[in-house]
Amino acid sequence: MKSLAELEAIRAKTLEKVAMRKEGDDAVRIVVGMATCGIAAGARPVMLKFVEEVQKRNLQNVTVSQTGCIGMCRLEPMLDVIMPGKEKVTYVKVNPDMVSRIVAEHIVNGRPVQEYTIGAAEGK
Amino acid sequence: MDLFRAHVLVCGGTGCTSSGSAELIARFEEQIAKNGLDKEVKVIRTGCFGLCEAGPVVIVYPEGTFYSRIRVEDVDEIVSEHLLKGRTVQHLVYKEKAAEEEQHATLENIDFYRPQMRLALRNCGVIDPENIDEYIAFDGYKALAKVLTEWKPEDVIKEMIDSGLRGRGGGGFPTGKKWQFAAASKADQKYIICNADEGDPGAFMDRSILEGDPHSVIEAMAIGGYAIGATEGYVYVRAEYPIAVKRLQLAIDQAREYGLLGKNIFGSGFDFDMYIRLGAGAFVCGEETALMRSIEGGRGEPTPKPPFPAVRGLFDKPSNINNVETYANIPLIINKGADWFKSIGTPGNSGTKVFALGGKINNTGLVEVPMGTPLRDVIYKIGGGIPNGKAFKAVQTGGPSGGCIPAEHLDIAIDYDSLTSIGSMMGSGGMIVMDEDNCMVDIARFFLDFTVDESCGKCTPCRIGTKRMLEILERITEGKGEEGDIEKLEALANNIKSTALCGLGQTAPNPVLSTLKYFRSEYEAHIKEKRCPAHHCQKLLNYEITDKCRGCTACARVCPVNAITGSVKEMHHIDTTKCIKCGSCMEKCRFGAIVKN
Ligand SMILES: Cc1cc2nc3c(=O)[nH]c(=O)nc-3n(C[C@H](O)[C@H](O)[C@H](O)COP(=O)(O)O)c2cc1C
Ligand code: SF4
Ligand code: SF4
Ligand code: FES
Repeated sequence: MKSLAELEAIRAKTLEKVAMRKEGDDAVRIVVGMATCGIAAGARPVMLKFVEEVQKRNLQNVTVSQTGCIGMCRLEPMLDVIMPGKEKVTYVKVNPDMVSRIVAEHIVNGRPVQEYTIGAAEGK
Repeated sequence: MDLFRAHVLVCGGTGCTSSGSAELIARFEEQIAKNGLDKEVKVIRTGCFGLCEAGPVVIVYPEGTFYSRIRVEDVDEIVSEHLLKGRTVQHLVYKEKAAEEEQHATLENIDFYRPQMRLALRNCGVIDPENIDEYIAFDGYKALAKVLTEWKPEDVIKEMIDSGLRGRGGGGFPTGKKWQFAAASKADQKYIICNADEGDPGAFMDRSILEGDPHSVIEAMAIGGYAIGATEGYVYVRAEYPIAVKRLQLAIDQAREYGLLGKNIFGSGFDFDMYIRLGAGAFVCGEETALMRSIEGGRGEPTPKPPFPAVRGLFDKPSNINNVETYANIPLIINKGADWFKSIGTPGNSGTKVFALGGKINNTGLVEVPMGTPLRDVIYKIGGGIPNGKAFKAVQTGGPSGGCIPAEHLDIAIDYDSLTSIGSMMGSGGMIVMDEDNCMVDIARFFLDFTVDESCGKCTPCRIGTKRMLEILERITEGKGEEGDIEKLEALANNIKSTALCGLGQTAPNPVLSTLKYFRSEYEAHIKEKRCPAHHCQKLLNYEITDKCRGCTACARVCPVNAITGSVKEMHHIDTTKCIKCGSCMEKCRFGAIVKN
């Protein structure tokens, strides 16, 4: 090890891999409904797409996790985006193609994609 | 894809390894692959989580779900339910003995962890100790980089002095001051040593740190080496700690590979390397001068101080020796600053202390709390109180050199000075809880027995004095105590304290003195009334049959020495001169008619 920069490079490279185990509540959580109904409706590809996007954009402090049935099977695949200090946003009938927009607009820029949310779906 | 959405942390500490965590890891890997999750979920073997009693422990992130007592058969369910479908497997989640309602147990909402503050144990159970990159991701080696590239050795020493860090190995000597002495000695070669001998019965914090976060010790020793001008380090580890030794060696190898040990670290011109030495297996080898003799290849016998190690230590060169837990705090202090560290704890007692909580307590395990935490909180909030509805009697701190703290001092704020002021001591952090069934004379006897066994025999007060004390205690617990025994014990104790050569002898009488101070009446009952108030000392027990006796003859038939007489349907009687106090009759009686007192 010859320099701080080298150390920092290893740190940065490993950080995203361990971020979920770090303390602090400032993490953004993407929680995908993954009960049998969710999986049947195609929740797994959605979740994997999120993991891929998070990694591609090198987003730290974002975790992708799953939960059981959220209770509205007809709207599956569903997921929640929980950002610290903000109200949770629920997306419904998500398919993998919608994921990169959610990540870009909501996770990165903080603006929920209204038309995909449960509010829009139920308001129709 | 090498970003994993979930991590399964399986404890690979000594406790959980012995309850089968290695098989769990294999099963998890197998099941995860079978469910096609191997690109999404990663299994990591960590160090001890501190709750070994509930082991094997498994934590699933990102949720932080805390599973306990997991058997190989449970793995499939966790994989198919939690990892695949995201449903917590409630019946495997850790439940606190005291807690009533069902809870979604994560590290933050378990009572055992909530009042804790994990500094020295910060990475234990969080990182993979066999992966240097994970340590680095958790700010590892940042302190070393900072020190080597920006600070002068004096700056390091000043920071350590300002932080108020005191040695966690027992004595509580200010670490910065010790470094200053070693730095001031002029020599062509100096050494920095880590004391990982951990001989105190019941203590295992040093083992856990070496198993769970070995790099923190390596980093701190390199920092210390820079501060005092040492280019070589030794870690003296108990040979009985094979996992710790293996992981530490692996960590040293990885650090060498990264150039974090070796020549010209961070381009600073500073060279440092370190080696492991296995302990010779005697308690006294943990004493610093004996330890250095043992590294040199000699007998582990203490030598008089002065000269102090800082002047003439290992191989007659100036040396600095600190304990594992002391070192584990140091990178944090450099990264976060002396003021931050001083803000934790009480004045003169900065930071936290790790305790090994054991004995008559619901949650046994490793706990780390800020200095100044009330003893009551450790026993009741973290420890979950005393099992089986028994009453708290005392807690023994400081191991064989320490003392007993009675219930009247439960509200004491734990730190070095407060414990000393009530006749106990911090020691290395052993904390053994005793309930109403423990006899305090017998506890004193137990610790003295340990010392007598471990005395190296070099000096007379310790070799002969402690033996005499033990003989008196044995007599007392056998009902052969005599008038004047207490005074004899006190006289011997004070003599040994002031004349023994090393800390072992000097502190050996403490368990006797402190129990005499708080439980003198128990000694007196043994001596004068030939009675053990806790009903513990076998030889002082008297078995008696009360009028609840229905004359079923069960006791008489089980008594191995025919001490029980009486005919059918009539009250039976025990001949106390024949009775050998085996307790069989009491166990056998269905009517609770037999009592001991
Ligand atoms: C009999 C005896 C046994 C000791 N055993 C240990 C031990 O196992 N581990 C330890 O760190 N210190 C032990 N010590 C204390 C060491 O001599 C020394 O004070 C300590 O390693 C210094 O480190 P510190 O300043 O970081 O606490 C023992 C002392 C005595 C007298
Ligand atoms: S006090 Fe005991 S252990 Fe220490 S040198 Fe004397 S005999 Fe040895
Ligand atoms: S305690 Fe044992 S020896 Fe004594 S009376 Fe009972 S059975 Fe017999
Ligand atoms: S060894 Fe697993 S929790 Fe301590």
